[in-house]
Amino acid sequence: MRALDLKLFRDLWGMRGQVLAIAAVIMGGVATLVMSLSTYDSLVITRDRFYRDYRFADAFVNLKRAPESVAARLAAIPGVERVETRVRAGVKLEVEGFSDPITGLLFSLPDGAEPLLNTLHFKRGRWVQPDNADEVVVSDTFADAHRLNPGDKLSAIINGKRKALTIVGVAVSPEYVYQIAPGSMFPDFKRYGVLWMGRNALGAAYGMQGAFNNATLSLIPGTPVQDVIDRVDALLGTYGGTGAYARKDQFSNRFINEELNQLQIMATIFPAIFLGVAAFLLNVVVGRLVALQREQIAILKAFGYSSLAIGGHYVKLVMLVVLLGVAGGVALGAWFGQGLSNVYMETTFRFPYLDYRLEAGVMLIALAVSAVAAVSGTLFAVNRAIRLTPAEGMRAETPALYRTTVFERIGLQRWLTQPSRMILRNIERRPVKSLFTVFGIACACGLMMVGNYQKGAIDFMVDVQFRQASREDLAVTFIEPTGSRALHELQAMPGIRHVEGFRDVPAILRYQHYSYRSAIYGIQPAGELHRSLNAALKPIRIPPDGVVLTDHLAREILHVEPGDMLTIEILEGNRPVRQVPVLGITKQYLGVSAYMQQDSLNALLREGNVVSGAYLALDPGMESAVYAELHERPRVLGMIANAAAIKSFYATIGEFVLFYNMVASLLAGSIGFGVVYNSARLALSERGRELASLRVLGFTHGEIAYILLGELALLTLIAIPLGFLVGVGLCGILVLAFKNDLYRLPLIIEPSNYALGATVVVISALVSGLLVWYRLGRLDLVAVLKTRE
Amino acid sequence: MDEASSSCAAGAVPAASDRVHEPAVAGDCVFSARGLTKVYRMGEVEVPALRGIDLELTAGELVVLLGPSGSGKSTLLNILGGLDTPTSGEVWYLDHQLTGATEQDLTRFRREHVGFVFQFYNLIPSLTARENVAAVTEIAEAPMRPEEALAMVGLGERLDHFPAQMSGGEQQRVAIARAIAKNPAVLLCDEPTGALDSQTGVVVLEALEKVNQTLGTLTVLITHNAGIAAMANRVIRLSDGHIVDIRANATRKAARELIW
Repeated sequence: MRALDLKLFRDLWGMRGQVLAIAAVIMGGVATLVMSLSTYDSLVITRDRFYRDYRFADAFVNLKRAPESVAARLAAIPGVERVETRVRAGVKLEVEGFSDPITGLLFSLPDGAEPLLNTLHFKRGRWVQPDNADEVVVSDTFADAHRLNPGDKLSAIINGKRKALTIVGVAVSPEYVYQIAPGSMFPDFKRYGVLWMGRNALGAAYGMQGAFNNATLSLIPGTPVQDVIDRVDALLGTYGGTGAYARKDQFSNRFINEELNQLQIMATIFPAIFLGVAAFLLNVVVGRLVALQREQIAILKAFGYSSLAIGGHYVKLVMLVVLLGVAGGVALGAWFGQGLSNVYMETTFRFPYLDYRLEAGVMLIALAVSAVAAVSGTLFAVNRAIRLTPAEGMRAETPALYRTTVFERIGLQRWLTQPSRMILRNIERRPVKSLFTVFGIACACGLMMVGNYQKGAIDFMVDVQFRQASREDLAVTFIEPTGSRALHELQAMPGIRHVEGFRDVPAILRYQHYSYRSAIYGIQPAGELHRSLNAALKPIRIPPDGVVLTDHLAREILHVEPGDMLTIEILEGNRPVRQVPVLGITKQYLGVSAYMQQDSLNALLREGNVVSGAYLALDPGMESAVYAELHERPRVLGMIANAAAIKSFYATIGEFVLFYNMVASLLAGSIGFGVVYNSARLALSERGRELASLRVLGFTHGEIAYILLGELALLTLIAIPLGFLVGVGLCGILVLAFKNDLYRLPLIIEPSNYALGATVVVISALVSGLLVWYRLGRLDLVAVLKTRE
Repeated sequence: MDEASSSCAAGAVPAASDRVHEPAVAGDCVFSARGLTKVYRMGEVEVPALRGIDLELTAGELVVLLGPSGSGKSTLLNILGGLDTPTSGEVWYLDHQLTGATEQDLTRFRREHVGFVFQFYNLIPSLTARENVAAVTEIAEAPMRPEEALAMVGLGERLDHFPAQMSGGEQQRVAIARAIAKNPAVLLCDEPTGALDSQTGVVVLEALEKVNQTLGTLTVLITHNAGIAAMANRVIRLSDGHIVDIRANATRKAARELIW
């Protein structure tokens, strides 16, 4: 081995503490990048493969009822490749030993053949046999939540009649990768399930023999989907079609895409911050390391090594550190990535399999960013050292020039001891270095806060949504819109304290060239259960004869302001189109809605006092009795219980929050430690002689530690409030990045989150401080008497 | 052993503890070393630096330790100053045994009784001349004022200059002021003129001479420069870890008359 290479390994070994600290920071950055991008890539690849293999449809439509012969006319629409008609039935389900209301969606399967579109991936069991009318396939989430297996029984109330069913298969459908009950805010695997049974059997039970009420289409590649949708709508209008929609508007797919979009943003923002901080740190630290080797560089030059050889030597040294960090980061990132992908698979996306992929490109990006940062810092410092003549380089640097600080010039001097003055002057003399340290620590604090932000934000969203706005214990929907007598019946039931009827109707809202497919909710203007909130989150009264829109829907999607006239295309009955003024804006974090007074909506629909369902407040302790009673009422189609939904939602996100917190703490901690420890170590190498001299003069270990660690403590203290700002800023970026019609994150940061950010910073500073304290105890006092550096 | 070495009787280590904080009176034994050896272990090789040193240093004298490099003079100085411990033998400072003292005790010993002057001054670059001195007086028990100490070395005019704004000789004089400001019993100087040209060196030696004469501080000065020996009361020559010769100068030269 060449002598220079030997020197390289010995130098690395000699500064192993710092090497590890720098590598840790690079590792943090690279791990985040690899984790996010590989999870993103894997989920996208898995999604695409699953959609392709299981023939996920391109367009979807629900209708009231059409004879099977209409299918041929759908297939004849230009650009349509395949059509599959189905019977789709909303049902209530009963699983033994579970008393809460369960709603379900039952689809037909072609008898004796696999579905042409949206076919099923079986986890267990088999397809239904056409002859056995009681056989059913259930979605895996529902089956897993209730521990159901082929051979188990459950019953469904289809069209008001109870039917006993036998499970023969447990499957996943590309159409319901993400499952959420209509009208619900969160997935609830226990209380909502998708099921499939034979076409004949379901047709008979649901009164749809020889007819269909749902169709899915695949298109010939290159066909504009909107053209097909327009033709489908024109064709199915007379059959009660509620408007066809493309794959991009299909709920499960849309949610997956939103989630992937979010992941991609995370995969951009966080690694950018981490790698940015790591690169900056690397640049500065490497520069200072090389600067400390100035004498050695001079000696190498004196020996006759070329500048190129010397530069190459230091680049090699730094690249070894980079490689160490990148290798560790890739390994850690791949591990985290698999963990994160699995958490996604268990909680959110029910893909039947996961193609975990770590693309070489991701690793190259990580390596390139780290390498550029490190090498540029190195070359800058090497270049400065090389420009000196050997003789000059071997001479010690002249003492650094200090000045009295601003604090002292304004007269605070007499309050400061000499060590305190040293601290202040050192900070002021190297403002860039000090700023860098402060900024690095602040980033660690901010990142920690971002890692924890989501939990607090979700708590807040849930509180606003369920304790301020939707305060009902139970939302009941009827099989079809019905007279208000149904409300009196409900009110008379024991256990129901309060009833508020509502009318909802699917509709397309249009303003100029903007449009949005949603529903209009007619609610009670002075309702106590279901309320609209203003920007200050205080309940408002919905005014008559107009519509109140969620802020996001109004401003970001439709671009309307109060006073504008909205065109509403009702997707029910004979699909009337009406003009309605926008009268107000309401604040909502989850979903988007359009609200009217129920009377006004009834009037708009030219109908009497008709309701689609009711919000209920229940007497405490009576929930089960009410569920059981409502379950028996044939006109009640679905029930959504908020408390249960919230609970299941928290169970779902719990794992996420835990995972993110773990990753964030680890990474923020590594940045905090990397910055503080490196600053301390470099300060120690630069000022070791000064401190040892003071020890010789009779300063105690503690007194010299104060000079070095006091500076770091001061910088850390300055960095914490700055870190809070960084944290708020980063959360703000998330808020902007994750604004969509499914949810908007509020910029709410809980005090505990600030505390956590500060704690992580303080702990990493303390650990660094302890390590430096230990090293200060080993200063060579004798050496400073003689040696110059 | 030479007559001049027995300024204090062998074994007559002062025992009374009430003398600790009293200034040593000229002629009192300040340091007493018996059978000092020091062996450095460098890997598997043992390098003897001191091979049995017996020595007494008395209050108020100016002693020059002379010898080539490797003779053990720095090791001896470091042991006297509480920076290093001998392998065997014992060292007494007044009635305190330095050998076997803890790290904390040695730190306190340096803080209260010893002034150090380094070859390369070792000033704190972020502190002015006055503040460099104040750094030490702040932790001393009965120091002089920093301005006083600086005036004594002829730097009364450069109080608020930072090290980077001073010449080598000036920096070394600040270092001397810093060393004497706490009124130490002992001033230990390791090659104080080693990094200076002879002209500047003389100015620094004058400062040391003045301190020795006006404050009566026992001053131990290491040099390999025989020319400087002429200003000492006693000259102790070391070679290869032994004291080869202790000589009292019958007539001392003033620092200003030295040439090398």
